[in-house]
Amino acid sequence: METLSYITTQSAEGRFGVFGGQYIPEVLMPAVQELEETYRHSRQDPEFHKIYTHLLKTYVGRPTPLTFAERLTEELGGARIYLKREDLTHTGAHKINNALGQALLAKRMGKRRLVAETGAGQHGVATATVAALLDMECVVYMGSVDIARQQPNVQRMKLLGAEVRAVESGTRTLKDAVNEAIRDWVSNVHTTHYLLGSALGPHPYPTIVRDFQSVIGREARAQILEAEGRLPDACIACVGGGSNAIGLFSAFLDDEDVALIGVEAGGEGILSGRHAARFADPLRGRPGVLHGTYTYLLQDEDGQVLPTHSISAGLDYPAVGPEHAYLRETGRSEYTSVTDEEALQAFQALARTEGILPALESSHALAEAMRRAPTLPRDSILLVNLSGRGDKDLETVLKALNRSNG
Amino acid sequence: MNGIERITQTFENARTQQRAALILYYPAGYPDEQTSLAVLETLAQNGTDVLEVGMPFSDPLADGPTIQHATQTALSQGMNTRRCLETVRLLRRRGVKQPIVLMGYLNPVLAYGMERFVRDCRDAGADGVILPDFPPEESAGFRALCDAEGLAFISLVSPATSIERARQIAETTRGFLYLVSLTGVTGARDALPPDLEAFVDRMRAVAQTPLAVGFGVSTPQQARRVSRIADGVIIGSALIARVESALNPVQDAAGFVSQMLTALGTVELPRSESLPA
Repeated sequence: METLSYITTQSAEGRFGVFGGQYIPEVLMPAVQELEETYRHSRQDPEFHKIYTHLLKTYVGRPTPLTFAERLTEELGGARIYLKREDLTHTGAHKINNALGQALLAKRMGKRRLVAETGAGQHGVATATVAALLDMECVVYMGSVDIARQQPNVQRMKLLGAEVRAVESGTRTLKDAVNEAIRDWVSNVHTTHYLLGSALGPHPYPTIVRDFQSVIGREARAQILEAEGRLPDACIACVGGGSNAIGLFSAFLDDEDVALIGVEAGGEGILSGRHAARFADPLRGRPGVLHGTYTYLLQDEDGQVLPTHSISAGLDYPAVGPEHAYLRETGRSEYTSVTDEEALQAFQALARTEGILPALESSHALAEAMRRAPTLPRDSILLVNLSGRGDKDLETVLKALNRSNG
Repeated sequence: MNGIERITQTFENARTQQRAALILYYPAGYPDEQTSLAVLETLAQNGTDVLEVGMPFSDPLADGPTIQHATQTALSQGMNTRRCLETVRLLRRRGVKQPIVLMGYLNPVLAYGMERFVRDCRDAGADGVILPDFPPEESAGFRALCDAEGLAFISLVSPATSIERARQIAETTRGFLYLVSLTGVTGARDALPPDLEAFVDRMRAVAQTPLAVGFGVSTPQQARRVSRIADGVIIGSALIARVESALNPVQDAAGFVSQMLTALGTVELPRSESLPA
């Protein structure tokens, strides 16, 4: 089928090299097996593709454009920077591609209730949106810290008819929202689908989410070929769990000359320990099991999961998607990190030069592109995934800017 | 005798007394290391058949609020895998003879090192391990390590588990099969599921090992209902709730055990569903 990519990097059932797997309580095993079965069937079903692609086109607003960032490119004086505009989708981030696909799968399984976790609120909004569209019940778990810093999205979810439940346990951020969503799923597994928002969790989630996000990469590849007549030198995307990155990368995996660069949240700097960079910090980032999957994880020496920090709620998570761990191990992708400060500068630069407010998550990818562009020849091309829009972050950004000015 | 045999023997002893085995969960390090040690020792002295020592984890996704709170408190006191094993060692030194099973989550065990963990369990005097996020599909290597040391790696089944799958899981379990009574997390409930008897019957048909029922069992009446159909009753959250509200945790832990042992016996119980204060 054309709309969903085939599994190219998965070497064993449910595994990406040694990473991935299904480390979940027995209660959930039948549910993930049913999901896998339903997905296996649906991906080969023309009817499913017809409905999904129709909604992507007429409801989500795909294809999203590829924008040449001309003024930013001129200012940096190096590589030509292109932006894949996922911020222009309905709901303003790439999350809707996956939320829509999974909600359709849930309907096929006869489940009318969706639960989701959310950090920045973008996935929660996307899930609440498709729940309204498809007439399903929706409960979104969100850490109380994130509720405080992402108020516009909280209000949006409520208006869309979803129930937002504040999570007060643990660090009260995305990690704990996932814990609560899983506990809800365990308790209501017969009626409920867990609509996981990133390329994380037990198999088959990392594969399903990757496949529903692969539309980003397929469109971007065709669009850059049309605009420039060749492929980019590098694709750059931010990596929390890593769904927007894996969606972009998936179309370029076989193009060996295209570098794939994932950008983690460097927070206040790797040495500060206050960050969410699983790959950049060998002291704290080691393979382990969290939320059903074996992958790189920020943990202490006793195997307890460490608190994370990022100015962007969507990257504030201690584990990375297992396929990224695999792509890094094989050397196909490289991973770097960008601090809160650098992300804020990138946010401002794009607003000033291109008239676009990027999400703080996407600002991390942009900051990496801005770091590289001046060192590259003028005919080289960087393709940045602008995974979401920044309206939700205004309060955070203004607060941070006031602090650094005052 | 190795750990597997000691657990098997314990279930047989309970059966000759015509009652289910009483299995009590209590987390190491809650509310502090000394108190948890004293509570666990008291549980053993008062006739608990199997002790389940909880190993805290930062993200206990199969647990409800009571055990979450208790294990997070233990973590904040610095409890870790090494000190959980030390708790087992001290219980043995204080003369506890009953089987001791460690229950926790996979990641701290991975961080400790699986081979080292299994070896140190044996050396400390533990008899079994329960890791609810380590299903049979993923745990073959770990099970082989446990088998080599005679350590019981105890598998779980839930009401959602199909009969074919239950048959396979029953083959992997050692000591007993852990029946999760409901589709949900740990914690006290007002009532056990109405179809519990049917679930136990289904598992009885496929398992050779004793069957123990846990999750949601909190009152003596519920324990008695379970004891009529299963070989073991597992209680955790209700014990923690009782101990944490007590002025004298050790005394209340002792009272809890004798109430539950009475419930598992044949004496008539008070009609109230709640525990007498």
